[in-house]
Amino acid sequence: MRLAWILFLPLSLACASASGHSASQAPAPAAKPESTSVTRSQYPSTYRRHPNRPVVIRNATIMTATGQEIPNGSILLRDGRIVAVGASVEVPADAVIVDGTGKYVTPGVIDTHSHLGVYAAPGTDAESDGNEATNPVTAEVWAEHSFWPQDPQIPLAIAGGVTTIQALPGSANLIGGRSAILKLVPARTVQEMKFPGARYGLKMACGENPKRVYRSRGPSTRMGNMAGYRAAFIQAENYRQRWDKWNANHQGDPPQRDLRLESLAEVLRGNIYVQNHCYRADEMAQMLDLAREFGFQIRSFHHAVEAYKIADLLAQAGTAASIWADWWGFKEEAMDGIHENAALVQAAGGRPVIHSDDPGGTQRLNQEAAKAMYYGQRSGIPITRDQALRWFTANAAWVLGIDSLVGTLEPGKMADVVLWSADPFSVYAKALQVYNDGWLVFDRQDPAHRPRTDFELGQVPVPGVDR
Amino acid sequence: MIAFMLAQTIAITGGTVYPVSGPKIEQATVVIRDGKIAAIGTNITIPADATRIDATGKWVTPGLIDGAGQMGLVEVGAVGATREGSQRADTIAASFNVAEGLNPASLVIPVTRIEGITTTLAAPTGHLVSGQAVLIDLDGATIEEMLAQSPVGLVATLSEGAKDEAGGSRASVAERLRAVFRDALEYERRKGDFTRAQIQPLSASAADLEALLPMLHGRLPLITIANRRSDIETALRLAREFKVRLVLAGAQEAWQVAPAIASAGVPVLVQPLDNIPSYDGLGVRYENAALLARAGVKVVLLETDTHNSRNLRQQAGNAVSYGLPWDQALRAVTLSPAEAFGVADRYGSLEVGKVANVVVWSGDPFEFSTGVEHVFIRGRAIPLRSRQTELMERYRTLPPTY
Repeated sequence: MRLAWILFLPLSLACASASGHSASQAPAPAAKPESTSVTRSQYPSTYRRHPNRPVVIRNATIMTATGQEIPNGSILLRDGRIVAVGASVEVPADAVIVDGTGKYVTPGVIDTHSHLGVYAAPGTDAESDGNEATNPVTAEVWAEHSFWPQDPQIPLAIAGGVTTIQALPGSANLIGGRSAILKLVPARTVQEMKFPGARYGLKMACGENPKRVYRSRGPSTRMGNMAGYRAAFIQAENYRQRWDKWNANHQGDPPQRDLRLESLAEVLRGNIYVQNHCYRADEMAQMLDLAREFGFQIRSFHHAVEAYKIADLLAQAGTAASIWADWWGFKEEAMDGIHENAALVQAAGGRPVIHSDDPGGTQRLNQEAAKAMYYGQRSGIPITRDQALRWFTANAAWVLGIDSLVGTLEPGKMADVVLWSADPFSVYAKALQVYNDGWLVFDRQDPAHRPRTDFELGQVPVPGVDR
Repeated sequence: MIAFMLAQTIAITGGTVYPVSGPKIEQATVVIRDGKIAAIGTNITIPADATRIDATGKWVTPGLIDGAGQMGLVEVGAVGATREGSQRADTIAASFNVAEGLNPASLVIPVTRIEGITTTLAAPTGHLVSGQAVLIDLDGATIEEMLAQSPVGLVATLSEGAKDEAGGSRASVAERLRAVFRDALEYERRKGDFTRAQIQPLSASAADLEALLPMLHGRLPLITIANRRSDIETALRLAREFKVRLVLAGAQEAWQVAPAIASAGVPVLVQPLDNIPSYDGLGVRYENAALLARAGVKVVLLETDTHNSRNLRQQAGNAVSYGLPWDQALRAVTLSPAEAFGVADRYGSLEVGKVANVVVWSGDPFEFSTGVEHVFIRGRAIPLRSRQTELMERYRTLPPTY
């Protein structure tokens, strides 16, 4: 959305309109594929850790997202890992020492709902690559194949402390395609950003958007939406059976490959997580039934403006709610948004996540979580700072299935770390330094660590670090 | 409670008062009587009939003014039936005043005012000249009761959004506006000839030309949306040519021409959290507001999302984060918008005689940890309830009782 004097969120918005935290010393790939429809290598990650000297941040308030907030604490990052967190840590001789006095340290921010790269700035039709709005079911498309690593929105998100995103297709379709889990680092290719071992997500969408986009050809109603998902998964069940049978003995010719059904079959096998855009409570309950019918889990509802109305059902189903702090009112199914949504989901034993769906909002997920936390507290819902921190770190990592690798400050985890100028729940806090896998990808005080995309070169005058 | 609601005289005591028109006053009293501010200071005799509000340890400020948005003109963004902010037909919709499109019963209003926003713009959108914007207080049963001032300005667009309606080039946008402005003055000189049809056809309807005249005579500002530096310079050029009182809005690259804007005495309406580049504003940046203020420009901070006009607080806090001094940020959401819209004699600061739009906060109004304790609009204590607080109460224990 550009600065709009027109002051409702336009429908061109990509999507809004259109706890495990145990330390692991040797992180393993998150997904262990079972048998699939294909054995050949598919578009592998070429991500490589950037070599760095060890870093020790000293005398800061360390917010671990594991229940601890350590005043005057230290953290040691080495070889891309968090080595130690505590009142004091070993300081290697070759370490870079960062004085954290008066500052705060958190895990890197994780955004479960991003359209960076697929709806890139400057926002012309030429960069509009997020919705393959040619068929209600396009499980065959992969967001990574639209992703533009030179999107100038990427360095802005990095400057907001974001270290990992899920880049999703838009919400025009019932089933919009595969998401990409990406390390937010400067890169020439999307392959260099792909989070090693992370599972794909599958974008699905409820409600107004698909039925509006396909009004003339169908689905044009919510019941039509449901019939559309079911028809697709019935085909996928059949496809999976044919492949599983062939995989068992490799007798005869393999079945014909079908990219669309391959993605859906992987959902049925549990190898791909469903990431479901869905606003209304009653509709989310329908989607939980759909998932039961076909034996898969919905990992997270997204937007879930009415999650608080069925917080108990979400907790029972083990489905997270990726939500905004306060977006509401831009369309009928977003009319019942309330500030206490995340707090009420938390209080019911669920797993709230604060997401952005927006290139601006992704730069300040800490602020959005702060709003949701303080409104909850002022309404008498006992939300802790650690819980609210987890809304944009550990819980988000769980939604992406990478919570054993990132999302908390624990020895053994990837050194995805943000140094904040002040309490990250203050409106006045800014990310000062952002480490991604131990690599200093952003330093507000050092121009040598402020990535700029190709797109931004040549501009005079240069906008500056705030851009 | 009823008695409290009807109280005509209210004394807010013991708070740290930020009048905006002057330095903050510790442990001060603000007396409200008959919808106006009756007294402010530390040695105030509290009227015997006053309802007392203890604001010890609290912050007291003028109600915040959002100089953007379509409050009361849109209920559900995507539902056309609930939108009143755009007149479909005319490229030059100067006579379109949004006032009678306002819905005093809009549910967006209570959601907004309980967060300390007491006054907002309600602006028309679309076209080259969108129409007349009005300023409303977020209380009142009728349109008349809500209106703070109508109109407060004519809204025009010089951004790329206007090109389609003016031949597809920025050059033709400017020329079209020039032609219409000239025709309005010609129309004024030769109304008789116009009525007798003894004049060449003019480039807009008589009603629209007539509606441009207050602006062309400097009685009403031209609120011009322009983001690219060259568009901002074009707006300044047009304003010089026609001696128009200009207010810039959007103004993403304004920081690049801040001295020129300052010397022209043009106020600028900016949304601080705006840094996503487009071809309309490749130089957009968070520090825009601070850089403009430093150059001496009168800056007004906006939240342009009508449904989240309440996030004006967050916008202002971020403007501070990116260099705008705190006092100036508070002014930029109170007295400066009142000045830009010509109502500073009644709005924008806590001064005796001004409209009693007053907010009591638990702390710094820009901080997330701060809650709103009391809101007064025209001296009326606003119940801190909205459809959203009712939804929360209904669903805080599941299953709900309907």
